[in-house]
Amino acid sequence: MLLRKAPDVRYSEITPRELYLRRREFLQGAAGVAVGAAAALSPLGVARAGAQAQGRAKLPNVKKSPLSTAGEKINSYEDITGYNNFYEFGTDKDDPARNAQKFVTRPWTINVEGLVKTPGPIDIDSFIKPHALEERVYRMRCVEAWSMVIPWVGIPLGDVIKRLAPLPTAKYVEFFTLNDSKQMPGLRVPVLDWPYREGLRMDEAMHPLSILAVGLYGEVLPNQNGAPIRLVVPWKYGFKGIKSIVRIRFTDKQPRTSWDLSNPREYGFYANVNPSVDHPRWSQGSERRLGEFFRRKTLMFNGYGDQVASLYTGLDLRRNY
Amino acid sequence: MTRFTVIRWTIFAAALVPAAALVYWLFTGNLTANPIDFITDWTGTTALVFLVLSLTVTPLRRLTGWNEVIKLRRMLGLFAFFYACLHVSTWMVLDWFFDIASMASDVVKRPFITLGMTTFLLLVPLALTSTAGMIRRLGRRWTQLHRLVYLAAITATIHFWWVVKADVREPRWYALAVVILLTFRVWWVWKPRLHSVH
Ligand code: HEM
Repeated sequence: MLLRKAPDVRYSEITPRELYLRRREFLQGAAGVAVGAAAALSPLGVARAGAQAQGRAKLPNVKKSPLSTAGEKINSYEDITGYNNFYEFGTDKDDPARNAQKFVTRPWTINVEGLVKTPGPIDIDSFIKPHALEERVYRMRCVEAWSMVIPWVGIPLGDVIKRLAPLPTAKYVEFFTLNDSKQMPGLRVPVLDWPYREGLRMDEAMHPLSILAVGLYGEVLPNQNGAPIRLVVPWKYGFKGIKSIVRIRFTDKQPRTSWDLSNPREYGFYANVNPSVDHPRWSQGSERRLGEFFRRKTLMFNGYGDQVASLYTGLDLRRNY
Repeated sequence: MTRFTVIRWTIFAAALVPAAALVYWLFTGNLTANPIDFITDWTGTTALVFLVLSLTVTPLRRLTGWNEVIKLRRMLGLFAFFYACLHVSTWMVLDWFFDIASMASDVVKRPFITLGMTTFLLLVPLALTSTAGMIRRLGRRWTQLHRLVYLAAITATIHFWWVVKADVREPRWYALAVVILLTFRVWWVWKPRLHSVH
């Protein structure tokens, strides 16, 4: 397997976050009253208010990872936390920022199930603790043909799995999102067959690029981005990145995933980013990087082909979409 | 000014609000992280709203006997066309920047785009023949031609339905409105015939 070494990207150099913060200060300042009132009426204003209400905490001891993607302009904190697909909190892009503010992420338990040495519940903090936090800058390509570059903070999924010690018969790993309609208003609407579920083949899950993210921009993961812990698999469409995980199950059968259950003609198990296999309703050949005007060409495996293509030798990617 | 003139100008001003809002959000940086997608959805939805509103005029008139309301129909229809033009231009200029090949392939390959284009092409002749001169010149044929708006309402609603990935709650409301409004027309055509059979 080829792993390209990438030089460190310091997001502070690329994205002027200080500038963003200063802009917010300005907004909150003298002109803030008038501008704020007007902004509150706009679609983004709501999301902005939501992001501010949660409070933000820096994560300690985050080390940069050589597996980060280099040479990309990172999207602003505002874009990453204000434009989300997280249907448990509503289907509009600004719904999660608004509706997830009071979401309770501590205490939080992850239940480990299935073909594994010691099944049972694990508290989130003891789940994360054995691993060093790494910053991973990745491209994120949504199936809806837009993309972002996100500085995640996470732990390698492969290391987590090794620690959990699945049995040799385990071929797949399956993840489930919390299913709590009291906290997640979107669950009261049968848009998908809840709870949200996702899965990976074991070798995909063990791949060094796969991580469980617990933060972004060096801070604790905002609720609307899938707090307290979510999956990030950068060569697959964004919907594979299941959020707010409460169950991890090891199994010998290929799991059904939420979008595949909802519409098997449009969504498959693999969901690898692939510009030559269109979604039946739109082309996947190009994408709009948020913040850019012109579309750009979508790259095979979202540009991570050097690292991951070998996972799929011999697999018909047109049929296994 | 008569009461009706006030109503007419109020509706005219209100109909410009969705466009003004876009301009305002543009200058205040509030068009979301994905402005092109937002503008597409906003203008498309507004076009459909006006299309539905234009279809409510005749039932309103017949049910309430308020005859003057008919004078609003052309304006509502033209606003539907105005927002449809903005919607289609957004797609052509902002979304694809005149990439004719990609747009053509989408019109052919993507049923939801095919229906959007169908809707737009149905609206063009209606807008072109909306002048008083045209109404006079076409006579009975004008009425027949303008029945195309029923088809446009149906294709626009299906276009919307096929846009969404899973959450059909919003298009469902438009579908319900269109079904109700078209049922009036079917009923008015069939009721006299039923009577004549008796
Ligand atoms: C050439 C003609 C047309 C094209 C190419 C077109 C294309 C599109 C596209 C690309 C979207 C957005 C899909 C997305 O959000 O990803 C959309 C949404 C929409 N369009 Fe069109 N459209 C056309 C004509 C029309 C017309 C004439 C109407 C109405 C009278 C209309 C009503 C809508 C509505 C209601 C939506 C959904 C908005 C939402 O998601 O909230 N479209 N259209």
